[in-house]
Amino acid sequence: MTANAASPNHLQLTRDGQLRHFLTLDGLNRELLTDILDTADSFIEVGERSIKKVPLLRGRTVVNLFFEASTRTRSTFELAAKRLSADVLNLDINTSATSKGESLSDTLLNLEAMASDMFVVRHAQSGAPHFIAESVTPGVAIINAGDGRHAHPTQAMLDMLTIRQHKGRFEGLKVAIVGDILHSRVARSQIRALNELGAEQIRVIAPGTLLPKDVESLGCTVEYDMAKGMKDLDVVIMLRLQKERMEGALLPSEREFYRLYGLSQEKLALAHPECIVMHPGPINRGVEIESSVADGPQSVILNQVTNGIAIRMAVMSMAMGGQMAERQQKLNEMNERGLA
Amino acid sequence: MSALLDVDQLLDKLEAGLRNLLEERGIKSPVLIGIRTGGVWVADIIGKRLGIEEPFGELDISFYRDDFSRIGLNPKVTPSSLPFDTEDRDIILIDDVIMSGRTIRAAMNELFDYGRPASIILATLIDLGARELPIQPDVAGQSLTLDATQRIKLRGPDPLRIEIQAAEQ
Repeated sequence: MTANAASPNHLQLTRDGQLRHFLTLDGLNRELLTDILDTADSFIEVGERSIKKVPLLRGRTVVNLFFEASTRTRSTFELAAKRLSADVLNLDINTSATSKGESLSDTLLNLEAMASDMFVVRHAQSGAPHFIAESVTPGVAIINAGDGRHAHPTQAMLDMLTIRQHKGRFEGLKVAIVGDILHSRVARSQIRALNELGAEQIRVIAPGTLLPKDVESLGCTVEYDMAKGMKDLDVVIMLRLQKERMEGALLPSEREFYRLYGLSQEKLALAHPECIVMHPGPINRGVEIESSVADGPQSVILNQVTNGIAIRMAVMSMAMGGQMAERQQKLNEMNERGLA
Repeated sequence: MSALLDVDQLLDKLEAGLRNLLEERGIKSPVLIGIRTGGVWVADIIGKRLGIEEPFGELDISFYRDDFSRIGLNPKVTPSSLPFDTEDRDIILIDDVIMSGRTIRAAMNELFDYGRPASIILATLIDLGARELPIQPDVAGQSLTLDATQRIKLRGPDPLRIEIQAAEQ
């Protein structure tokens, strides 16, 4: 998708193929994605215990570095880190040092000086987490919490976890993503994950003005007519209409959008009767989804939030584990050379 | 080259030892928890032999291992499952083999995140010695000392077999 994403894995995987950063789903194979889902399943069980904490990141410092506002993603990352026993620092950079003129590199140097072990990064600029992963001290794990229009890999993986919980598989599934694909980093990551995990059909349903150029090259089919697109669906993922990102007149009106692409009871009835309804939140009731659908029996929107904590615990512990295993390996090699 | 140990004989000894201990301590309704993978197989058999009808629990200790900072997370972790409340219960914790004692430390840390049990009895099919922590089984099927070239391997669940193998080069 972006130029430096062509071969991201020299950056996000160790020599042994363990995760050490989590920047994009590009280049991660089905086995690793399945390991992430399986690990998250175990963390769901942890969330049901009387003490919902495990000691994996005890003594580690996780910095939530949010250059762009977010409530749900930031709070689930925070809760995930705390359930892994890490110490957590939340930095809302919009209101912090950069507004006083400090550069990104200086901010990072300061955070490294506080002996941080992991940065969870959200940034309006595509590729910012890659840049940070390339420029920070080795040993600091970077987790992408959403960058520009590029990727939102933990959101896509929590969606995959939710689908697997309800459908038990990916093979043979027909999945549609509906709405503002153009501005959606979530959609890009979802399409990538669904393809790698073996979904049968991935449809994007949207007006032409809300589709990126060459969207089919991501590995999906395009449908402009929602009634046609809903046919036989097992999963429908509604996207939020990103009003704050709308530049110019991409849409006639919200009301017109809802009439054509909003998920109403009538449109949902065209899908498979057991079709689940998903939405990454925050939802705009009456803009992209009818209230009674969002709260209805086919909605799994709140499961997605719960699963978000488990998925974030999984990628944080896997990336930290990869970093530490790598450090240990280098120490061992140095010792061997010293002894030789 | 591999030699076989008589599993039934070890299970007999484990069962008898547990019966004695439960009697001695006046424990009427213990629950069983097996440590994955081998400990779960042994817990299944011992539960039937002791006539414990309550389903046994299964612990996956991956999130509690003390070598996370050296090797990272076990990629094949599976959810622990305790189908009962552990609070104030008498627990029989079962593993196939005890050696360093680190697995049992991890298992006990995990158990206490579920609640405060009344007591824990540790039972293992085989005790290989070579302890690195002050943790000892209350009952063991057999104590063994392996030389440096030997490894022990439990296969199961049905039939349960124990092989002593020459270590792979």
